[in-house]
Amino acid sequence: MNTFGDPTIWLPFAFAILMGVSILIYVILDGFDLGVGLLFPFADAGEKDKMIASIGPFWDANETWLVLAVGILLVAFPAAHGQILTALYLPVAVMLIGLIMRGVAFEFRAKAPLDHKTRWDWTFFAGSLMTSLSQGFMLGMYVMGLTWTLPHVGFALLTAVFLTVGYSFIGATWILHKTEGYLQMKSVDWAKGGIWGLVLGIAAISLATPYVSDRIFDKWFSFPEALWLAPLPVFSTVLIVWLWRMLQAMPYPDDRLSWAPFAAATALWTSAFGGMAYSFYPYVVPEKLTIYESASAPESLFIILIGTVFVLPTIMGYTVLSYFIFRGKASDLRYD
Amino acid sequence: MDAFILSRIQFAANISFHILFPTITIALGWVLLYFRVRFNFSKDPKWMEAYGFWVKIFALSFAMGVVSGITMSFQFGTNWPGFMEIVGNIAGPLLAYEVMTAFFLEAVFLGIMLFGARRVKPWVHTTATFLVAFGTSMSAFWIIVLNSWMHTPQGYEMIDGVAHATDWWAIVFNPSMPYRFAHMMLASFLTVSFLIAGISAFRLLIGGHTNGVKSALRTAITAAALLIPLQIYLGDLHGLNTKEYQPAKVAAMEGIWETESGAPLLLFALPDNEARENHFEIGIPKLASFILTHDWNGEIKGLNEFVADDGTILHPPVDKVFWSFRVMVGTGVLMLFVSWASVALMLRRDPVTGARRGTAGLARPVLYGLVAMTFSGWLATLAGWYTTEIGRQPWLVQGVLTTEMAVADVPGAMVASTLIAYLIVYAILLTAYMSAIFYLARKAARGEPIRTRVDPSPKAQAAVLPAE
Ligand code: HDD
Ligand code: HEM
Ligand code: HEM
Repeated sequence: MNTFGDPTIWLPFAFAILMGVSILIYVILDGFDLGVGLLFPFADAGEKDKMIASIGPFWDANETWLVLAVGILLVAFPAAHGQILTALYLPVAVMLIGLIMRGVAFEFRAKAPLDHKTRWDWTFFAGSLMTSLSQGFMLGMYVMGLTWTLPHVGFALLTAVFLTVGYSFIGATWILHKTEGYLQMKSVDWAKGGIWGLVLGIAAISLATPYVSDRIFDKWFSFPEALWLAPLPVFSTVLIVWLWRMLQAMPYPDDRLSWAPFAAATALWTSAFGGMAYSFYPYVVPEKLTIYESASAPESLFIILIGTVFVLPTIMGYTVLSYFIFRGKASDLRYD
Repeated sequence: MDAFILSRIQFAANISFHILFPTITIALGWVLLYFRVRFNFSKDPKWMEAYGFWVKIFALSFAMGVVSGITMSFQFGTNWPGFMEIVGNIAGPLLAYEVMTAFFLEAVFLGIMLFGARRVKPWVHTTATFLVAFGTSMSAFWIIVLNSWMHTPQGYEMIDGVAHATDWWAIVFNPSMPYRFAHMMLASFLTVSFLIAGISAFRLLIGGHTNGVKSALRTAITAAALLIPLQIYLGDLHGLNTKEYQPAKVAAMEGIWETESGAPLLLFALPDNEARENHFEIGIPKLASFILTHDWNGEIKGLNEFVADDGTILHPPVDKVFWSFRVMVGTGVLMLFVSWASVALMLRRDPVTGARRGTAGLARPVLYGLVAMTFSGWLATLAGWYTTEIGRQPWLVQGVLTTEMAVADVPGAMVASTLIAYLIVYAILLTAYMSAIFYLARKAARGEPIRTRVDPSPKAQAAVLPAE
């Protein structure tokens, strides 16, 4: 039955992997630029310009990963797409309005009259906040199985706060890498202040997921799976301790290792995400709809896959090119 | 109001807002490439001046297009889940190809195009500009393929009520796609031509007489004058194509209730959906038949043919389609008049020097006229889309899926609240966008660079270069 030689099995699986990878890349990449927006109130005017400069060339491409992730959900698992998005109708709308606000504020703050600039700065912050909170809320609701009961909403509100603080943490590590001087020192403090959001968020979801579903409980705590899963929490703990110790002493002379906190945050994010993906597989709508039940017709998936095989490496290639061109400290962001 | 009507209004509001910005970016990308290439060859700084000004408007429009586009991609799931469930096997791959071949291309190279000019070699920057322009056109291509397929579906079979693709070539090159794509691309170029002409005329009016402005104005007016006849011709072909595949839409566009031969072209009428007749008709006899069949006495099917025996109405609401169509065609005729008149004025020779007058030949009233036409492309484009889309009702996918079957089961109050939120955001942003463009124009006319607020302390000032 479940053989991977059968296209109705391996195609949905391949698309689930693709979707997972897109979501992961999205939360890391847009995570840092949302985080930069969240830290706006703590920066003065000159610092804001530099912070914007550090994400200017990237934010649009970062958001495209969200379009891809939702796109894959839409095209590969249409039934799940409908169920998830109608269940999350309101938080999705809040997120979209947040994304609109921050995306345009980014452009307007540089082009509108000077006395409007503060207003657009606030719009940028508010948009980033709405986006982060609603994404965290949706994450919580998803973990709780997409049912709107009071305890579930309470849990989702918690994850909303944790994810937001977590984004501000990864944003701070990005600024730490892309700036120097006083702003860089400030960003170390921001990172120290934000790391708990990440830790608590990962802890809350790790504890809640097995509690909500016996199936997931069994997946984690039965023998022998528990043995080869054990490195995951151990690895995460080591990373957190290392990050914390590093932040105490940062910035190092000659800007050594300024990339390391961002890299460590990425690794943490990845392992947490991997754990979640393991928990939920094979369900795409938790406990209701598997990837196999909701997948599109194989011939359509196949057509998309052919394109993906060629296009995705190209996208990766020119994304890396763009990060390479804009490597180093963010300085002047000018149209010439 | 029920969730169905509200969802429709919400979808129409979101897509109308979205389309405004791609309409600008699709053609503006190519215009920027043109400025850039002219500079590469002539080294005349006026082309870089034009590039520098319009790239800012491009960036602003692009951001608006991206964020409203993200809203669009969620709409299918939040409001129209039935759409993907029934035709997802066809719509899905088309949307996926759009994301993969277009969105990433434009998004990544946009960063290099906007901020990379001094970090990369000129040819890399020119290539980035090309790739962004190419990317926006690719987006337009894929989304129009999907939209055209919804109007003239083919290359599929229905299995258990779900559409399955049988022939991708037929799906992509469906009968209305070439017309719709060409018409949309031209619409975009016309919109941008009138935008550049309007803003450049505004800059001349308030005293910014730089060579960059004049060259941009001349380029824009010339492009408009060349493209508008083409657009009108293509529009005619598009209509003939529609007559073949969606006769009910054409009957609504022409306001023809009873099948008739030698049908008049109605210039004015108030179609009445309830009484099923027109009031206050003014028309030119036989002209509609001539345009649509190229025969003065050709037969045109009337709306009454599209009512089922049980009384179900299978044609679109007539008044909306009828009037949207007239707004589009009227704007097109106005564009023809304005652009040709301007070209004629620019071609006149100065009696003393004998040289052509160029932009100096445009008197102030003409410049005011061009300013008034700044956003005329938007009007025509929206009116055109309303004709097409409302004209397809009650179908969402012609003959396959009705709009009513696709709607989500969400409470009306919820849709109403998000609709209000979107409308408020859109109204604010549209005002901000339009005033920002005129603000940039005023500032450029005064010769000021873009100011940014810089930390007052000298040390910080040295460290922080302005961010744009
Ligand atoms: C600057 C924009 C613009 C201008 C000046 C015109 N159009 Fe247009 N028209 C469009 C922009 C547009 C559009 C936005 O691109 C549409 C909507 C959907 C589509 O395929 O093209 C469209 C649709 C559209 C349709 C409906 C196609 C269908 O049934 O699906 C017809 C028949 C025409 N046009 C015909 C014309 C004629 C005869 C014009 C003569 C002046 C004209 N258009 C000017
Ligand atoms: C961008 C230009 C477009 C505009 C301005 C536009 C406008 C509209 C309008 C006004 C309606 C409502 C018709 C009615 O309810 O009477 C509508 C319906 C719809 N259109 Fe478009 N449309 C555009 C392009 C597209 C494209 C490219 C697609 C698909 C890929 C699309 C898909 C739909 C769908 C799914 C509906 C159903 C909702 C409804 O009927 O209200 N549209 N559109
Ligand atoms: C239902 C229909 C539509 C959906 C779901 C949709 C979706 C999107 C999305 C998600 C983006 C942002 C891409 C990014 O992140 O870079 C976008 C941008 C864009 N869309 Fe749409 N879109 C629709 C209709 C249209 C139509 C009708 C056109 C043109 C004919 C169009 C042309 C573009 C272009 C050129 C862009 C590039 C960005 C820009 O210039 O603003 N789209 N669209």
